[in-house]
Amino acid sequence: MARILAVDDSTSLRQLVVHTLREAGHQVSEAVNGVEALAIARSQPFDVVISDVNMPQMDGLTLLKHLRALPSFRTIPILVLTTEMDPARKAEAKASGATGWMVKPFNPEQLLSTIRKVTG
Amino acid sequence: MTSSLSGLQSQFMGAFFEESFESLELLETGLLRMEAEGLTSTDINDIFRAAHSIKGSAGTFGFQLVTELAHDMETLLDLFRAGHLVPRQSSIALLLSGVDALRQVLTASRDGGQADHAAIAPLRQRLQDATREDASAGAEATEISPSAATTPLGASPPVSTPVIESPSLSPWIVSFKPNADLLRTGNEPLRLLRELTSLGTAQVETDFSRLPEWDDIVVDDCYLSFTVRLIGAIDRAQIVEVFGWVEEDAKIEISEPVQLAPILKGEAESPALPNEARPSPAPHHPRAPQATAQASEVAGEAAGQTLASVRVGIDRIDALMNMVGELIITQSMLGELDDDGPIDAKRAARIREGLSQLARNTRGLQENVMRLRSMPLSVVFNRFQRLVHDLAQQLGKKIDLTVSGQNTELDKTVLEKLGDPLVHLVRNSLDHGLETPAERIAAGKPETGNISLSAIHRGSDIYIEVADDGRGLDTDRILARGRERGLVAPNAQPTESEIFELIFAPGFSTNEVVTELSGRGVGMDVVRRNVRALGGSIKVESVRGKGAKISLRLPMTLAIIDGQLIRIGDRPFVLPLLSIVESLQIQTSRIHPLSGGCDLYRLRDELIPMVEVGALLGIDMGAAKSGDSLLVIVEAEGERLGLMVDELQAQQQVVVKSLEANYERVLGLAGATILGDGNVAFILDVADISKLIRKILPKGRTKNAIGRSVPTQTIAV
Repeated sequence: MARILAVDDSTSLRQLVVHTLREAGHQVSEAVNGVEALAIARSQPFDVVISDVNMPQMDGLTLLKHLRALPSFRTIPILVLTTEMDPARKAEAKASGATGWMVKPFNPEQLLSTIRKVTG
Repeated sequence: MTSSLSGLQSQFMGAFFEESFESLELLETGLLRMEAEGLTSTDINDIFRAAHSIKGSAGTFGFQLVTELAHDMETLLDLFRAGHLVPRQSSIALLLSGVDALRQVLTASRDGGQADHAAIAPLRQRLQDATREDASAGAEATEISPSAATTPLGASPPVSTPVIESPSLSPWIVSFKPNADLLRTGNEPLRLLRELTSLGTAQVETDFSRLPEWDDIVVDDCYLSFTVRLIGAIDRAQIVEVFGWVEEDAKIEISEPVQLAPILKGEAESPALPNEARPSPAPHHPRAPQATAQASEVAGEAAGQTLASVRVGIDRIDALMNMVGELIITQSMLGELDDDGPIDAKRAARIREGLSQLARNTRGLQENVMRLRSMPLSVVFNRFQRLVHDLAQQLGKKIDLTVSGQNTELDKTVLEKLGDPLVHLVRNSLDHGLETPAERIAAGKPETGNISLSAIHRGSDIYIEVADDGRGLDTDRILARGRERGLVAPNAQPTESEIFELIFAPGFSTNEVVTELSGRGVGMDVVRRNVRALGGSIKVESVRGKGAKISLRLPMTLAIIDGQLIRIGDRPFVLPLLSIVESLQIQTSRIHPLSGGCDLYRLRDELIPMVEVGALLGIDMGAAKSGDSLLVIVEAEGERLGLMVDELQAQQQVVVKSLEANYERVLGLAGATILGDGNVAFILDVADISKLIRKILPKGRTKNAIGRSVPTQTIAV
């Protein structure tokens, strides 16, 4: 069981992520954008963060930079959920502090196996 | 299209449609405004995000075509956003057609109708053309093909990513050197290694050399690097994928398996670690006609590698860390009790508890450290299937090989030296033991013969058996041959086990025709010598017409032996327990004095040389001179000796410290050990002592003296 923060502005995707993870026994909090996610992250610790990149108000990469500055988020896995991953985007994500990425589209199995990869 | 979705995906389908239509509306109004008023940065971002959002979720909910179309729209919008392309009337019209097409498909799907997909392909084509038009106009926009999403690694190796179709002989070697800041990206080397090692059979070597002094350690810096040897049907892409997230954060080198040239036809395709199991390629099959110089060279390199290191599974290191952790806990518990106050009952009880915990920790630690040196017998056993198959064909025999206990683990050093003896034994069974199909049918046996290779772990020993259901040892022929060779006195009537003993005589063979495989008589004596050099023993059982069984008993490790503590004079010595036959009180009447400083002792009907260890090895035994002491009968390489000993003390496991490594080789001593009281005790090398004493003894006399009474001794001398 891991404490996971799921961030996505798309309700359908966020709910899919949240429910998939909850059914697998994880404790999941959700946020609809970077600003909300950051507020939640300041109030409680998490084992994993999984965030969309393209979001209104505060995008995923900005969120990542803010999160990495928080002591309890320094070394935890933070994954970005993205539609494509070319080298430039990878470099950008890594520079912002991403642990890794999951490429959309994904199915619940892929999500769980990615989470297993970082929580094992 | 949606039939393969999980329950969860279907559950959120409603939300998906709702937000997709919302996005489409945003997209549409944005595009219309763009057409009317030109491009503003807020607008374009909103429009882009709307397309992106549809694209992102549609694939997850099973709308592949929607994703693809949205992707093409997004690509074009991205060019607008980046300023590489000025939106033209035609492009906006194209995008609006895209919105219409998306809406049509999604509406039809939501209402359970049939979506018209026909319009999508030409639309995508036009969108792509519009994108390319821009690219050819000199913009530096990168085209993002959908396939970029499925191959996540841009820096994967050039051109070829070969798929290994059959298991390779040598391992993949993956070197993984994380940068110091790897942990701060949220990546954890242990997890990556676990993922990597789950691909096949793996061994991980950890390099601690970058680890600084304790005080200089930065907790979230990564100092370790790793080398993983990986065996299995693995292709490069799988390995690359494991490191997909960290290729920028670590130095990763992947060496592909080298296809080792077969050394002997019969052993070509062993799926095990061949370089582990084959320490010395040249003496291995000295007669193998197929061996080429090149092949030997390749194997030689491999053999060189195996000597350099022991590769250990990460779980074993974890277990060891665990034990060390417990040891530290015990230490701190005992440490708390260490002050100058009086030891009252309560404190004494705590100390006792701590000590018993310490004993438990030590035992656990010993077991775990020994496991570090252990490898499964399958490494050796696996090569036999092919060997048996090929040799059976050559000999025109039908033979099945049954293997069991291949997961039994053995010290790596023992394992490496076991290969040759086992090959000899299996070849003997194939060549001498098992009959041709015709002979077997005539003898009323099944046409197909069976050889079984088994291993079992009992106590601190491993028993390995090579058994066959062939004709068994031909005792008549062996005895005849023994008499011919003068190994058996003309009148002697040796027992069956004494006859079996004959096959271990150097150069002994009953085969008139020397076959290519075996029968030149260099076999069994070498086998026994090798097994004994490992501290083991060998036993032969045979039933005429039914089959033969050769059993090897081997110690699990060479580093720790079961020892008998003895006292000679005022010095302690250790005798390997395995070499002791019996101990007895010396009766002066049984001593047969012999000139040359070595008397013989009559034990039942055998004359045994009596050895004064101190005198023989030139060790000063101190004041306490041995008098009417004990005689410990020991046996080495078939020779019996009586060691004159003053006292038999405890039996205990001792850790063998090499004299060669710490001082120099001393004839007669196998090593040294540190006893519980801190004293150093030498471990006697019975085989050495036996050789020394044979030199001292007048040659003819011992031979005659022993030969008269015990024929087996004659054979061995």
